[in-house]
Amino acid sequence: MMRRPRAALWASLLAAMAGVASAETDPADWDAVLGAAEGQTVYWNAWGGDPRTNAYIEWAAGKVASRFGVELELVKQSDISAAISTVLSEKSAGKDEGGSIDLLWINGENFAAMKQQDLLFGPWAEDLPNWSLLGAEDNLALTEDFTVPTEGLEAPWSMAQVVFYHDSARVPEPPKTVRDLLEWTRANEGRFTYPQPPNFLGTTFLKQALLGLVEDTAPLYAPVSEADYETVTAPLWDWLGELTPTLWRSGAAYPQSGPAQRQLMADGEIDIAISFSPAEASAAIAKFELPESVRTYVLDGGTIGNANFLAIPYNATAKEGAMVVANFLMSPEAQARKQDPEVLGALTVLDVAGLGDEDRALFDDLDLGIATLTPEELGSPLAEPHPSWMERIEEDWDRRYGAGQ
Amino acid sequence: MTDGLSLEGVRIALRGVPLVSLDVRIAPGEVLTIMGPSGSGKSTLLSLLVGACPPEFETRGRVLLGGRDLAGLGPRERRIGLLFQDDLLFPHMSVGANLAFALPPSLRGRAARRRAVEAALEDAELAGFADRDPATLSGGQRSRVALMRTLLGEPQALLLDEPFSRLDADLRESLRGFVFDRIRARGVPALLVTHDAEDAAAAGGRVVDPLGRGAGAQAKAASLS
Amino acid sequence: MPVSKVAGSVGEARILAAPMRPRGRPRLLPLAPLFTLAVLLGPVAAGLIGVLAPAFGYYPALGATELSLAPFRSLLAWPGLGGAVRLSAVTALASTALALGVTLLICAAWHGTRAFGAIERLLSPLLSVPHAAAALGLAFLISPSGWITRALSPWATGWDLPPDVLIVGDPAGFALIAGLAAKEIPFLLLMTLAALSQIPARRSVLLAQTQGYGRVTAWVKTVFPRVYPQIRLPIYAVLAFSASVVDVAVILGPSTPPPLSVQILRWLNDPDLSMRFEAGAGAVLQFGIVLSLLALWRFGELVLARGGGAWIARGARGRADAAWRGLAVSAAGLSAGAVLLAVAGLAVWSFAGFWSFPDALPAGLTLRSWEGQLPGLAERIGTTILIAALATIISLLLVLACLEAEYRHGLRPGTRALWLLYIPLIVPQTTFVTGLQTLAIGTGLAGLTGSVIAAHVVFVLPYVFLSLGDPFRAWDPRYGLAAATLGAGPDRLLWQVRLPMLLRPILTAAAVGFAVSVGQYLPTLLLGLGRVPTLTTEAVALSSGGDRRLIGVYAITQTAVPLLGFAAAIALPAFAFRNRKGLA
Repeated sequence: MMRRPRAALWASLLAAMAGVASAETDPADWDAVLGAAEGQTVYWNAWGGDPRTNAYIEWAAGKVASRFGVELELVKQSDISAAISTVLSEKSAGKDEGGSIDLLWINGENFAAMKQQDLLFGPWAEDLPNWSLLGAEDNLALTEDFTVPTEGLEAPWSMAQVVFYHDSARVPEPPKTVRDLLEWTRANEGRFTYPQPPNFLGTTFLKQALLGLVEDTAPLYAPVSEADYETVTAPLWDWLGELTPTLWRSGAAYPQSGPAQRQLMADGEIDIAISFSPAEASAAIAKFELPESVRTYVLDGGTIGNANFLAIPYNATAKEGAMVVANFLMSPEAQARKQDPEVLGALTVLDVAGLGDEDRALFDDLDLGIATLTPEELGSPLAEPHPSWMERIEEDWDRRYGAGQ
Repeated sequence: MTDGLSLEGVRIALRGVPLVSLDVRIAPGEVLTIMGPSGSGKSTLLSLLVGACPPEFETRGRVLLGGRDLAGLGPRERRIGLLFQDDLLFPHMSVGANLAFALPPSLRGRAARRRAVEAALEDAELAGFADRDPATLSGGQRSRVALMRTLLGEPQALLLDEPFSRLDADLRESLRGFVFDRIRARGVPALLVTHDAEDAAAAGGRVVDPLGRGAGAQAKAASLS
Repeated sequence: MPVSKVAGSVGEARILAAPMRPRGRPRLLPLAPLFTLAVLLGPVAAGLIGVLAPAFGYYPALGATELSLAPFRSLLAWPGLGGAVRLSAVTALASTALALGVTLLICAAWHGTRAFGAIERLLSPLLSVPHAAAALGLAFLISPSGWITRALSPWATGWDLPPDVLIVGDPAGFALIAGLAAKEIPFLLLMTLAALSQIPARRSVLLAQTQGYGRVTAWVKTVFPRVYPQIRLPIYAVLAFSASVVDVAVILGPSTPPPLSVQILRWLNDPDLSMRFEAGAGAVLQFGIVLSLLALWRFGELVLARGGGAWIARGARGRADAAWRGLAVSAAGLSAGAVLLAVAGLAVWSFAGFWSFPDALPAGLTLRSWEGQLPGLAERIGTTILIAALATIISLLLVLACLEAEYRHGLRPGTRALWLLYIPLIVPQTTFVTGLQTLAIGTGLAGLTGSVIAAHVVFVLPYVFLSLGDPFRAWDPRYGLAAATLGAGPDRLLWQVRLPMLLRPILTAAAVGFAVSVGQYLPTLLLGLGRVPTLTTEAVALSSGGDRRLIGVYAITQTAVPLLGFAAAIALPAFAFRNRKGLA
């Protein structure tokens, strides 16, 4: 009678030892990674505000469990900074291994900060078998996160690109340049706004505007300290000075997030909104959140694009399991499902043209939905400026239009 | 000479002002009345006798009950019953449960305890009231239940703290008779605190003021209040 | 200490309030206050370190190991500081004063009437609505594209598009003040009711009325001075809460600049990790603001007490009774109606298909939002109830032990130190809990359901103490003396007399504690490392997606669970005492 518990005990002890040993697993030795990952539980901390994304992750959890024996647990956060807080708390408490977070959905400034503070494990991402499907050498967005080199510390799992959406019933011809937008808001006072910086979408709007207003965008791709900040950004502030009085609530208040801005659209308070997800409008229509007359468009001259990444904290417990999950999420199967508008409608990170026929067919067969642009219509994305610009502009904006109002 | 309740040199003072000064023995079945206006220290005396005197009062003297020195005993060990102005029936218990609460644990068996409760109710002319909610009783009925509860605890002495002051005049009359009859019947020494001369007269015993002075001084005090 | 019911004279009152002397073998009970403090002191100390260390530039995990005042310097350099501090202070003071004023007006005008019974019955549902849900529902109600405008458009207003008017998030914070007040009135009313049950209020009012005083004036002059000391601590808790609230302020408050509490959260959430130093400095400043507001309020009390005494002595009878009663009914109806309509709005949203301006109701109804959440919902509800029930039971036992120790042993000094229990209510939670989390991780306790429960106790216990302390202390000690002279020992007195008589306030305190636990977000998330998902963590994560339908689903569920607690707190004594009018 005592055999069974004892056997279970040995098994768990062995597993624990394997866990310890696996901290040394070489990401390049994929078979070793797969072996160590089996039986691990991966706690994935992600923004949990979108039920469709949550459902997609549940689907992925089922797949990695049956194929690789990896238990994937989604920890839903309202803001990913809470997960970063936890990593910091663990570092503060000296818990440099056996940490509670195995996988993080981050990008941009969050990545830059965690990389700078040595809070990430790696490099590992470029050793993943599916890395070869990315065509990363031709797509800078996959190896530079807001110009910060990823150096294998994070693996891309989704593309994002700035789009605008409008209610075609009220605005048949939306303004397609930054300057036209000002003309439009002058004619339609109170019918446009953007999320309040430092919300990333609000800041992105400012960057998009800056890219459309300056003559030479080159200085924006180097640290701000190397440029004449005042001169470069002057057109932006002039333009904002004219735009702000024509905004929703005359610029005295702003929506606090992308979803809050979408809500204003749904309530008929505004006619045009910015988004970082080309499929957002279609998804929202399907959920009854937006009227069926909403359509998506991009600006002439292109819009900013970036990638969403998966990173592993330096003290993660199930690093191998996390790598297995990340690799699966980069597979054509997972990526095609993700791009299906019925599921998520998020742009793939894969180089579809470079895939084999069978895999490519997965993507070609997708029906994108009424309010989603095709990749051709989206055009090739503009790169994110250097993050240091973002910080300065956010601070300046806060002084002029935010807290300093 | 050890029977009854003896107060030997009992002195109570507050910040040097004497409130109570008594040397008196109350015989079994006797009712001693202490009369005085409000604030004269009567109630402090009662709290001293039950063993719950607040520390800010300066106290001296001995209290003997049936020859037993009560010094150092708490309210539950003294076996002195206390009847308040208000009936203080426990509102969450039935009339019967209130009475059973007071029955000593030595009385064993549900039936025996039930019988004791019913006998007490009968004695109070409240037969059949055991399952009633105390809140549905009249003032006089509640007072009688309160007295029976106190007596069921088999006290060796009884303290009465203005027990009639909340009742109507005619009810007061009949309840006085009820209370003093039961006290005499049980033969316990009793100490009545009141400022009502009619209470004192009905008690039929000696009357003193808190400082131990006799009827004359007491009458003067009563007329002042 | 509340004076006993029938204090004939000063001496008598003192006698009856005298504690029982301790006797017999040494017991554990006298240690209860110290034990309670010890249980909470670790978390409180850790939480305070979590607030103070980054404020003074100490955050080794970010490579900062030298103390400095730099965080305060950059805090002072933030252009929005003055506005944010002013907003925090003004909205907290105004909403607390408004909530208190309405609460007292309702009691003064209607206490003891049948209408008051109706108000009482509304209390539990109102208390059960989570703050964030009430705020979101309220925002939908009053915004220019909200339910009220929809009901009137376009037939009455002529609007096919919502007007561009700033209502929600106005720079002066009126919407925030109104929202906070509407949500605090039920809590203060509950606390006032508990206090009123210990005071012969009706007789006092009646007496004054026979002397020609108006009902409202009579109440304010004869009852209020006795009620106020008993509801003082709950008022302080409301004031502190209003000055540091985050969720309601994000939804209803202005954002250019926001109140300080919101800005602290923004700094904490900033990808630039160095902003956490500013967040720390901001939290210390906010702690200071809360303390200053409490001091200011105390000062106001003293001034009002002096002026009020003179006002009472002048003997003005107050003739405007009808006007006051009308105002009270309007205020009560407005505040209760706003919260109930807010929840009703979210309930409609949870079943809504497409619903655009200016339709008063959705174009279609669907169960889709509910169906999508059902699989996880039952499990979340189970976890939520388990955590809340255990946290409440532990808090209740500790509070009862403290109060009983105080009663039996006269442990005033021990209980006086219990003000430390209120620190978790005063210190800004965002930074406080980060310190707690570091403690839990350092001791290997993070991520366990037990740690989440322990963290909840830190926040539940003060509210249980607030709710139960005064009714427990105001219990007529002559019952204790009566029981003792009948031979009952302290334990028999406690179990057979005291606790049953206090069943109603005990269960009410438990229900309040339960509701507080259900609403805890940050302690659950951070102490549980996200691995102990409850209704609230799920609701907050999902509501960050801004879908009113999902928010509706969770708002209803989050309201229903504490409502069960309040319903039990009402139903159990009502059933147990169905034949006991004296406890009705």
